[in-house]
Amino acid sequence: MSLEECRSAGTLAVKFVPDEDVLRHIADDAGVKVQKGKNQLLVNTKRFVKKLEAVSDDEAQEILEEKSYIAVLGLCGEESMTNGSSVGGGEVYAFQTPKRSNKMAELASELAQTPGQSVVPDPSECPEKTARTPQSSKRSSSIQVQQKTKKNEFVSTTPYRLRRRLAAPDAQLESESEYSASCSEEEEVEEAQKEVSAVLSHQKTPAKTKAVSTPPSRKTLTKKKDNMNNLVEEYFEAHSSSKVLTSDRTLQKLRRKRLNQETLHDLLQKSPIAYAAEIKELNQQYESLFSKWMLQLHLGFNIVLYGLGSKHDLLEKFRASMLQDSVHLVVNGYFPSITVKSVLNSITEEVLDHIGTFRSPLDQLEFIMKRFKEVWDQAKQSLYNWLWYETTTFSPYVEETSYENSLLVQQSGSLALSSLTHVLHSLTPNARGIFRLLAQYQLENKDNASYPGLSFQDFYQQCREAFLVNSDLTLRAQLTEFRDHKLIRTKRGADGVEYLLIPVDDSTLTDFLEKEDEDV
Amino acid sequence: MSTRSLSKGCFVFKPSPKRRKVSRTTADYFREGNSDLEDSELRFATCQSLQKQVKSETEQIEEELNEQLFDNLVSFLRRSHSAFQEKTTEWTWRMKSREIPTAALVLGVNVTDHDFTFRSLSEVLQNNVTPYIALLEAKDCPGIKNLMQKLLGQLMNCCIDADSSEEEDYEQVSRNRVRCSMTSLINWYESATKRTDSETPGKKRTSSRHWQSPPVVVIFKDMESFTTKVLQDFVVISSQHIGEFPLVLIFGIATSPMIIHSLLPHSVSSLLCIELFQSLSCKDHLSTIIDKVLLTTQFPLKLSEKVLQVLINIFLYHDFSVQNFIKGFQLCIVEHFHSNPLSILCCQLEEAKGRVNSLSHNQCENVRRLPSFRRYVESQVSEKQIALLTADSSLKEAVWKLLEDLNVYHENYFPILRCLHVFTSSLPKYPLGKQIRELHCACLENRVWETEEYESSLQLARMLNKSDLVTMLQKCVEILVSSPGREFDEIVEKLKEFLTQFQKLEEAYQERDESVSPQKELQKKTNLFNLQKTLLELKESRRSKKLTKFEMLRFEVVDYIDSLVRRYLVPADHKTLHEIVYFNTASVLREHLNAAPRIALHTALNNPYSYLKSEALKSDGGSISNKAPDICIAYKLHLECGRLINLVDWLEAFSTVVTAAEGPTADAASSDQVDDVIHARFIRAVSELELLGFIKPSKQKTDHVARLTWGGC
Repeated sequence: MSLEECRSAGTLAVKFVPDEDVLRHIADDAGVKVQKGKNQLLVNTKRFVKKLEAVSDDEAQEILEEKSYIAVLGLCGEESMTNGSSVGGGEVYAFQTPKRSNKMAELASELAQTPGQSVVPDPSECPEKTARTPQSSKRSSSIQVQQKTKKNEFVSTTPYRLRRRLAAPDAQLESESEYSASCSEEEEVEEAQKEVSAVLSHQKTPAKTKAVSTPPSRKTLTKKKDNMNNLVEEYFEAHSSSKVLTSDRTLQKLRRKRLNQETLHDLLQKSPIAYAAEIKELNQQYESLFSKWMLQLHLGFNIVLYGLGSKHDLLEKFRASMLQDSVHLVVNGYFPSITVKSVLNSITEEVLDHIGTFRSPLDQLEFIMKRFKEVWDQAKQSLYNWLWYETTTFSPYVEETSYENSLLVQQSGSLALSSLTHVLHSLTPNARGIFRLLAQYQLENKDNASYPGLSFQDFYQQCREAFLVNSDLTLRAQLTEFRDHKLIRTKRGADGVEYLLIPVDDSTLTDFLEKEDEDV
Repeated sequence: MSTRSLSKGCFVFKPSPKRRKVSRTTADYFREGNSDLEDSELRFATCQSLQKQVKSETEQIEEELNEQLFDNLVSFLRRSHSAFQEKTTEWTWRMKSREIPTAALVLGVNVTDHDFTFRSLSEVLQNNVTPYIALLEAKDCPGIKNLMQKLLGQLMNCCIDADSSEEEDYEQVSRNRVRCSMTSLINWYESATKRTDSETPGKKRTSSRHWQSPPVVVIFKDMESFTTKVLQDFVVISSQHIGEFPLVLIFGIATSPMIIHSLLPHSVSSLLCIELFQSLSCKDHLSTIIDKVLLTTQFPLKLSEKVLQVLINIFLYHDFSVQNFIKGFQLCIVEHFHSNPLSILCCQLEEAKGRVNSLSHNQCENVRRLPSFRRYVESQVSEKQIALLTADSSLKEAVWKLLEDLNVYHENYFPILRCLHVFTSSLPKYPLGKQIRELHCACLENRVWETEEYESSLQLARMLNKSDLVTMLQKCVEILVSSPGREFDEIVEKLKEFLTQFQKLEEAYQERDESVSPQKELQKKTNLFNLQKTLLELKESRRSKKLTKFEMLRFEVVDYIDSLVRRYLVPADHKTLHEIVYFNTASVLREHLNAAPRIALHTALNNPYSYLKSEALKSDGGSISNKAPDICIAYKLHLECGRLINLVDWLEAFSTVVTAAEGPTADAASSDQVDDVIHARFIRAVSELELLGFIKPSKQKTDHVARLTWGGC
């Protein structure tokens, strides 16, 4: 591939050659009965491939060298089980063009069809249309019209038929999302018209990037350069506009409660792992390498495992089967509060049975090195001889993600309704009253974007009036308790006054108050 | 004990003392991975010894390469030191000049190799110059205080090494952490030198090895990483005391000497008396290593073209690290001996004889399975074929012969390769590459004489002038004479004959001048038409012209070289039994040394079928099936989004796909339940993507996540 490239580049390169040079060249060739032109060409083309080290500013050459490099490094390992490496870098690292917001839903519906059939999403041809109520079909057609008139398609909702697909009970949600969608449409119409010209150029590019899967090298060099420029522009374009082209729907409006950690765990436990047999097979393949790993570890290499999927179980198995007779240390890198110090401490304290502290990690390291002098060769220790092994397991990252504050799971740091009620139920009625006051006040001000919170003095005043506290000391003590339970947050305003806030979103707060009212 | 815990991230495991069975050795692990138990021990031993040989050889080469540099450094130290000793008498001069002698050591960008250089440097200095050496690294010296601490600690410790009797004393000192200041350093130096001066004659050996009042050498390993402040402070402070003890600084520089001036202001750098030292460039270093390790018959294991190419590419495009290159070679050795049962025959020829004879039947079968051996059998007459395929003894005989052949082939190959390199490396534009390794790769890849590059280089060689040609021939003679090959006498004779012929030509050689005149004519300015005309005429005349004697001889020489190439530079994989000595699974090497984790991730997410061999996942083209694992679907969907992703949209799209994949079984009654499960699965997929770094939570808009990657679409 690279050779072809070179040749074409060689013929394309046009250079001004003065008469004298031509003469000299021919004169040099004296006595040889060869076609000089051909000879010259050969030399030219080879210059691209060989002499990888030759430093040259020639851009074309750089690109070509890069390619021959990729070609060499990309010698596909047919016999190896890692097909992953055969993918070229271009596919992975290419810039992405800005997408329309409903692209995801389109793809989803495409995927929802039986695989293999590439269906062009077209609402008019959707079989579900017949089942629609007249009203809904009108709506969908209106969307269609809009889509036609507005070429740029900034429509921020999923196509209608998609929403239809979703479970029926969410009727309310549906209408709501519809509403929000049209809202955002209206907002964007003006802007859209302004941007038509810009978008037109965008719309060409997705098609181009779709074709990227065919090797980009097919294109000529000049074209490639153009592409590069385009990509750069697109990147900055995509990052320059602060306007976010996504729909405004939120999880709140989805009438599904957030799952907490346990229920999530239970649910996942119940659902079977897909392709368990295949995953097991993969793991068995990796397990057969254990003794080789041990060999290489003994010979002074270190091993890195990479690839998709949790490697926890695999490593655990390795540990259990191979390392039982040696002292070893397991460090979970995903553990949120892991530090160098804790790793070193566990070495000195548990492995070396050293009691005492060290002034700095470096001292500690020195101590460890001293103790291990016989074990570690200085040279080996300074160089981590990493060997890479691909172990794509597809096992879910159960353990690893359990520390993350997932976006969708109830976050333990902030609080939600249930914890709110739980905590408050353990408090005195007075304390609950104090909290209610604060919550009500906050809800009254929910439309005020710059609401700083309730100042302490005002709050004290209100509490006194409601006969909840008799001195500011009792109020302070109460607030401290709230703060300890993370029910409130205080911050100082610009004027030095203390402001109190409940760090919960308004709807949860409303729910909470409603519930409280029911209880009372 | 489990390694899953909510309160701990670090777990220590110790072998239980009760069941301390015999712990397995490295050799055991070597054997475990192998089906052929019988030979594995011998193979492992061979592997180990070869590794050791390579290691010592490369280290020796490195030492030799560094020798020049170290010599220069030592003489620099001597010079600056003698200045110090003189200065002690010339008070006034000393008061005036406060320059610290400094050696700026430019080592190049291959930082990983520097450690080795510094270690051997300090060894050399320790042995010949001074016991007082301190190696400082930037990461140990965030402030001047830490630097002084480190410095004193190292100096006092190295004193212990010099005379171990005083160990207790110094242990105390370093433990107590005396106030680390320049004054204490000077006090220490004075007491240390005084003690060595007044030592008993029995200990004179150590002091005689070093110089009188040995200098204190402080080496800054990575000058660029030090903070300016620390360096400045140190230089200023020590320049105040330079008169009191002989201090010499050595800066290790990876980039360019200019960095000294950008790091230190003029007022500080003027306190240094800098001399520049350049270490050998890593490219030359690599060439030497390749020359002495790979292009010899010394080591039985050879690398195939692709393997070598991978190693060289890692060197050129990733790290410029010779150490890593050697490490890669070591890995090749391990891999070869581990994976290839016949590697037992990959040893010195003397040992091979015995090993061939003791080959088991199984191993004989292995030999018969080799593709190159099969080709060999097919080329034999039928009786011989039967004998080779059925009788182990005749097979062993043949194997032995073939191994000898292979050895002879290598003995001839390398010298001829060097000869060819002499020719090609002087051609304009280097059609076959400038370095011998490129030529070597070209020769290994396929029949080099069939390539266009070779063609064009021959053409260029036919245009060489006489003096070049003669020097090349002389070089070739030298190479061939010094090489152990048996068949070279004849070739040397022939080459010498050419040389004498050239000699003769020179004597009877005048008529060539005439051909210059028509060229002269052309030099003057012409227009295009005239040029074309004259060129045509010239061509016409040349075609008719007879070749001169020199040209005839030149043709003969080039043809002879060509014949040598065709005879001796046959690619190795055309040779029978090449599998035994050539390591050629480049993919393994690439996978382990130059892995592409992101690409693996990409493939796993985009095309799960390549890992999970399930029919349901099979799909044509780039698309993935909707039955793919959850994370793949979530990933695929997220690719369609821009900078931000709405979680609700994502969830809906996800559940659309998943419900469709599960078929119409999900009826209304259980739909709520199903939804919860899908929701949970979605959450898992999203948090996995977050763990993998594809997305992160975003505060820009409620319930949105931000994409972190660009591409994959």
